[in-house]
Amino acid sequence: MSFETAFMFGKIAIVLMGLLAVVPIMLFVERRGSALIQNRLGPNRMGPFGLFQAACDVLKFIFKEDRAPDHVNKYYWHIAPWIAVIPSFMTFAVIPFAGTYTDANGHLQFQIANLDVGILYCFSIASLGVYGIIMAGWASNNKYSLLGSLRSAAQMISYELSLGLSIVGLAMIFQSVKLGEITAQQGEVLWTIAGIEIPKWGVFLQPLGFVLFVVSVFAETNRLPFDLPEGESELIAGYHLEYGAMRFALFMMAEFINMAVASALICTLFFGGWQLLPGMDWVVGHLDALGILPSGGALVLCQALSFVTKIAIWMWIFVWVRWSIPRFRFDQLMNLGWKVMFPLALLNVLITGVLIYMGVL
Amino acid sequence: MTGSMIAFAAFSTIAIVGSLLVIFRRTPVASAFALVLVFFSFSGLYALMGAHLIAALQILVYTGAIMVLFVFVIMLLNQDSPITDIKESSLLFKGIAGLACVGMVTVLINAALRVSGLAPTNIYTDQKIEELGGNLRVISELLFTDHLFQFELTSFLLLGAIVATIALSKRQRKGGVS
Amino acid sequence: MLVKRKPAIWNRLYFVEIIQGLWITFKNFLFHKKVTIQFPEQRRDYSSRYRGQHYIKSVNNVENCTACMLCPTVCPASCIHIIAGEREDKEKYPVKFDIDILRCCFCGMCEEACPKDAIKLSNIYEMSQQNREVYEKDFLLEQRGNK
Repeated sequence: MSFETAFMFGKIAIVLMGLLAVVPIMLFVERRGSALIQNRLGPNRMGPFGLFQAACDVLKFIFKEDRAPDHVNKYYWHIAPWIAVIPSFMTFAVIPFAGTYTDANGHLQFQIANLDVGILYCFSIASLGVYGIIMAGWASNNKYSLLGSLRSAAQMISYELSLGLSIVGLAMIFQSVKLGEITAQQGEVLWTIAGIEIPKWGVFLQPLGFVLFVVSVFAETNRLPFDLPEGESELIAGYHLEYGAMRFALFMMAEFINMAVASALICTLFFGGWQLLPGMDWVVGHLDALGILPSGGALVLCQALSFVTKIAIWMWIFVWVRWSIPRFRFDQLMNLGWKVMFPLALLNVLITGVLIYMGVL
Repeated sequence: MTGSMIAFAAFSTIAIVGSLLVIFRRTPVASAFALVLVFFSFSGLYALMGAHLIAALQILVYTGAIMVLFVFVIMLLNQDSPITDIKESSLLFKGIAGLACVGMVTVLINAALRVSGLAPTNIYTDQKIEELGGNLRVISELLFTDHLFQFELTSFLLLGAIVATIALSKRQRKGGVS
Repeated sequence: MLVKRKPAIWNRLYFVEIIQGLWITFKNFLFHKKVTIQFPEQRRDYSSRYRGQHYIKSVNNVENCTACMLCPTVCPASCIHIIAGEREDKEKYPVKFDIDILRCCFCGMCEEACPKDAIKLSNIYEMSQQNREVYEKDFLLEQRGNK
């Protein structure tokens, strides 16, 4: 096996492991975080600070009886969770998680696939995830589930528009949709105010686009305030009403991994991706001075670390928002999507175009 | 047999089987899901040809938006019970369908035989596209320079369609309230 | 009449509200006192008037109860079953004193009706069982609670 092949497999393994590790971590963060926000303590008995609670939850899911109700459409009912979970893993393929490492032998790219279409790939694969939900709701052969998947379909169509349009401005500024190039360009300095260098992050260039993107991403991942497909109070559990044990866990996994990918996309597009966090250059300097890693290795390591930190912060924001903001009503959701987000996204494209034409950006 | 050959075989088999399923499944929603599978394998085929943009757009537009809408409408009409009362269609319809089929196949074979003579393959080789900065850049530059008029015309067509749909579906009621 | 008022434009953008909401939850997350009572170690302080598990008060191992039948009479759930008998010293006493705890609604009327201050409701609230037990006399005679 050549070095390239081995390196490719290594990258895939790292990304898969990372995404799988997200699930138990987020399980813990979600449960403890929600508890602390609601002035409770949350699960704190298993292990230090309740850290092993996630393991217990997983064990419970594994050993629970896997029961298929009689009235479901067996075939689609069984494949639906997998259709929900597989695209969420696939999306991460084009996201770079560290800068290019260069040494005498050549370049090493820390990105599974450097596709020409970049971000479009992410959107297209992410749009497949909805079929898991639709299929689950329909195959469950139950009115609540069907309503859940109907809502999911409507919501997905409405918010995919503003999701796509909100990054057009960004693509116009960076002249690329390749995530690697976008990230690399975000390392430049935008302004220097009182000696503090403000990097050319997307969030400073496209504040409106950023807000639209974040809201649409929340809608795409079916997280509160947009979790109408599963709205407990009106639809019991919506599309995963008939699922239990490991199959339900797969839906939950899909949700958490979607969250991770969404956070990674937000970071890559608007927060400089793997660009070092402020203060990280100091760490890089000291690590280089120690000389444990090959030259440049410390930089790559710290870049990956910065990226993971940014993702972690955004994952926390996902949880934080979930336990702060109540769910939308369905007509409010549609109004927001079509009458607010969509025009604003178009406006953003227009403003960006005018600014680029005037030479400001 | 290379990896791309295996992938081609796999995707085309899935596409053919999927299209057969679209026709032969009795449940509308199941047919729609099969169509999703067909679109997905089409996009795989496009990706194999190096047309990544078309592949991504195929999934994004057809699978991600249009088919979701299809499934949505089918579910909304609650057509999830299998259709069993299919009537035998008349000989005339069968004849028309057969003629259409033959015509379509002829066009396809004709196109396949002439494909080497089509102009763009000569100008835009894989290498040339790579030099010009990738699929997306080439297509967008063509759209916004040489084919700008047609592009804008298409958008006007779509706009007209949207306006017409709204005008049809949102008729003024008698009280003046829309 | 329902007056429709359109919210102001900054309210319809939800922005300020969302930030405010997030700030409130953040304060709760970090600073607020957590209200959880960690049960086996910590217990909630109940009022001394709480009506929990029953017991029959006894003095010198002799129950106060004289089997006057007031409590089964007053009991709205009719869950108290008493069979009266006579002791050697000619005192009336309950030979059998059963409380069908599954039917009991903890209204405390038996306690109020009792002229001898015999039947009492303690403030013990952990009464979960795995079988459908009836509280018998021996069990009820264990002096529990603080009344």
